[in-house]
Amino acid sequence: MMTTASPAVGTDTVAASAWWRRWLPTPKMLILGVVGLVIGYLALVPLYYLLWGTFFDADGVSVAGFERAYGNSQIFELIGNSLWFAAGAAVLSLVVGTALAYLNVRTDVPFKALFFAASIVPLIIPGILYTISWILLASPEIGLVNKLVEPVFGSGTFDVFTIWGMIWVEGLHLSPIVFLLMVAAFRSMDPSLEESALMSGATRWQVFRKVTVPLARPAIVASILIMVVRSLESFEVPALLGLQNGIYVFTSRIYFVLRSYPPDFAAAGALAVGLLILAIIGVALSNIVGRSGKNYQTVTGKGFRPRPMELGKWRSVVGAGIILYFILTVIAPLVVLLYTSLLKYYTAPTLNVFKTMTLENYRELIGMSKAVTALRNSLILGIGSATLVMAFMAIAAWFVVRSRVRGRQVVDQLAFVPLVIPGLVLGLALSFVYLRSPIPIYGTLFILLIAYCTRYMPYGMRYAVTSMHQISSELEESAHVSGASWWQTFRRVIVPLLAPGLLAGWVYILVVSFRELSSSILLYSPGNEVLSILIFEQFEDGEFTVLSALGVVMVLTLILLVSIAYKLGAKVGLNRTN
Amino acid sequence: MLRIDNLVKTFAGERRKRSRNGNGDAKGPAKIFAVNDVSFEVGEGELFTLLGPSGCGKTTTLRSIAGLERPDAGHIALTERVLFSSKPGEKPVNVPANSRGLGMVFQSYAIWPHMTVFNNVAFPLQVMKRAERPGKREISERVMRVLETMELASFADRHATKLSGGQQQRLALARAVVIEPSLLLLDEPLSNLDAKLRESLRYELKRLQRELGITSVYVTHDQIEALALSSKIAVMSDGSLVQMGRPRDVYQNPSNKFVAEFIGTSNFISGVVSGHNGERYTVETNDGRLLLDSAADMPDGTEVVVSIRPESMELSEQHRPGQPNQWSGNVLTRAFLGDSVDHVIGVGKHELRVRCNPSISIAPGTDVYLRMPPDRLSLVPVN
Repeated sequence: MMTTASPAVGTDTVAASAWWRRWLPTPKMLILGVVGLVIGYLALVPLYYLLWGTFFDADGVSVAGFERAYGNSQIFELIGNSLWFAAGAAVLSLVVGTALAYLNVRTDVPFKALFFAASIVPLIIPGILYTISWILLASPEIGLVNKLVEPVFGSGTFDVFTIWGMIWVEGLHLSPIVFLLMVAAFRSMDPSLEESALMSGATRWQVFRKVTVPLARPAIVASILIMVVRSLESFEVPALLGLQNGIYVFTSRIYFVLRSYPPDFAAAGALAVGLLILAIIGVALSNIVGRSGKNYQTVTGKGFRPRPMELGKWRSVVGAGIILYFILTVIAPLVVLLYTSLLKYYTAPTLNVFKTMTLENYRELIGMSKAVTALRNSLILGIGSATLVMAFMAIAAWFVVRSRVRGRQVVDQLAFVPLVIPGLVLGLALSFVYLRSPIPIYGTLFILLIAYCTRYMPYGMRYAVTSMHQISSELEESAHVSGASWWQTFRRVIVPLLAPGLLAGWVYILVVSFRELSSSILLYSPGNEVLSILIFEQFEDGEFTVLSALGVVMVLTLILLVSIAYKLGAKVGLNRTN
Repeated sequence: MLRIDNLVKTFAGERRKRSRNGNGDAKGPAKIFAVNDVSFEVGEGELFTLLGPSGCGKTTTLRSIAGLERPDAGHIALTERVLFSSKPGEKPVNVPANSRGLGMVFQSYAIWPHMTVFNNVAFPLQVMKRAERPGKREISERVMRVLETMELASFADRHATKLSGGQQQRLALARAVVIEPSLLLLDEPLSNLDAKLRESLRYELKRLQRELGITSVYVTHDQIEALALSSKIAVMSDGSLVQMGRPRDVYQNPSNKFVAEFIGTSNFISGVVSGHNGERYTVETNDGRLLLDSAADMPDGTEVVVSIRPESMELSEQHRPGQPNQWSGNVLTRAFLGDSVDHVIGVGKHELRVRCNPSISIAPGTDVYLRMPPDRLSLVPVN
């Protein structure tokens, strides 16, 4: 029965012609090829032009831009400010975010629901609005908090236009991200590791110091590096708070150089390259830390229900602290925006002021064609970039996770390149590309669409790849064995199963592109403003009241979009669990 | 029907730290043979089982037949149709999985959670090439007919994930057979179920396979499943086929120690062939002489291992004169297993496991006699 003789059956002709057909591109190969090329184009072309525009001028290779950018005594102050600002904001966000995460996950702290609101809402408030609210609260001249404490401490107690003010605003705005990262880390940590330390006779404090913190160290170090990079890239806070008193960091300096007349593109490019290098170092370090963290991987994929630590008499104190934090980070900025939007001119609240409140600013907005256009542009760009990115990344994720093509990892890495490019640098690079290219999209909405798609490609890829990993390959193989072609399998099995992940990514990209400022500011042209640009323009014109009304509209639109998307998402999710 | 010749599949292995013989010569990624020169033939209507421990290459063989894995070399043909061929000097053939027209049941069932029961089963018909695709009406009829056979018709509009484990298993089977494939592949279809359900579904699966008359290749690591279901078993180890035959033959006459150990439990007694007369062999062991029947051809002086199943031995406290292979020993320990009582008997240096009827239970320390019927002993060559 076991035979090694060669079979008598001949090669049949159908199979033989299939062998020839292998050399023709199949639809699958075409689709994958196009997606790969688009990703490569978006990731690499701006970088190429950035370097080209920085190092080449009319006479050939030149480092004159670098000399103009770095060749003055202020450069040390610039680098010092950048690092100080980034490190300060990172430490503040880390301390606040980690403490809140630990309290929330591991203790019987009160107001757990409020906790999550306090962590999610600042993520929705656009950076520019958050910064402006803090100007309204803590500017030395008009700040409400200053007016509040004036009788006790005298005028101008708090000054948001200092490096400390910048750190405070940026740190608070970043802390929700740390919170979410650390909540994930604490949740995935096996509580029996801590319990066994307790059983060995360690005190709570010893357990925290010797077991909890070392186990969470990879997550902590990774978050701090991510926050440093994010603050280095931050544009809103340095531009709105720092420029006032001449406190320059990389991003605000690039903006300043480009806004002077004539704009010095080479010098801006030189600064952008410096910033890019700093960002790359940060991301590379966080990757190294992330990889070494796997040595003592605490994530086991099991669901834990850790017994919360009892806070005892500290429970009420901590509870009060949480309410204070919530007021400070969520209520105060939102309320001050709403308050300002109802005034004729900005002033501290008195009984008289409340009597004269009007909806005049909102009425003005409706009549302002620019505002309507900006809202429409923001919606088009947000929905457009979210849809395009998720559609491309769904295919790219299949290519990276499922195909066996050699070099598929390159596509993955290319899709992550924009993660290290600060928004302002990307804006500059894209303006280099399309000022020189014959494609006539400079000064149209298209260039903004390209910028947003490039910036948010890495996030789309993350969402798509994560959900692709969750789909068992047998689900796909069974469709294949059932006779379905690649495209049929993709459309009828993979896409429906990916839907919840794709939708989550879509919502995220919609939200972040809706408030994008740092690349738009270098790429927009009159008539193509988006909401955040319009707010920035009005800030420069000192139109605080109209601006606040616009901000309220923007936040409400975002909340509306997010809740619609979650409703849709709930439906998709329901379908799946049914 | 299905014929596989010299199938080879290697995977790039991880860097080996030390080679097996300690020379340290295995530098760089060593190639690991997942399937090493496997050939077999499955007849029409047979249920052919690939049996072996995890990592023995049985699933890789099955996936090569399905077209989900591309073998390095070999030839796979279904009746007259070549599915895969790669031989030096010949045109290579590799029919893609979606053109092979086979049915397959996956270990996880791979039921699409976003579709109803009906749509899961209809899928293979709906994705047929336009020219061959049946009309909507016919699709619906065929799906309902299969669901009827699987007793799932009343769940047609339900979401597939709402089914119980056993129902999901039947659904996976329904989806695999709806196109009436000439060959059905089953990859450990029962391993995800609890023990009770597994047992009842085992018989159901056997009944369905017979009713449908589909030639099947079945992969499992569960020897009881293999013995109960198969028309033929192929035992695999380390990528190679080590024994093939009817379940009873494989169980009673394991061709080597691996098979004897893997299928059921066996006692092994080593010895030397001291003479034979036709099929009646005499083997000298340290603890006495054994007479046994074997069709193997072994000259005198060959070192052998004699294997015997625990349930094939008899135990008594009295010596029964006139019976061959009667050894005296001492009960070391016993364990009550419900439907039987296991005794471990010390005979010289050997410890032999004997499975008895629950009515027989002998206290440890008792001297006993052990009888081994010559037709129940099998001769296994030492490597």
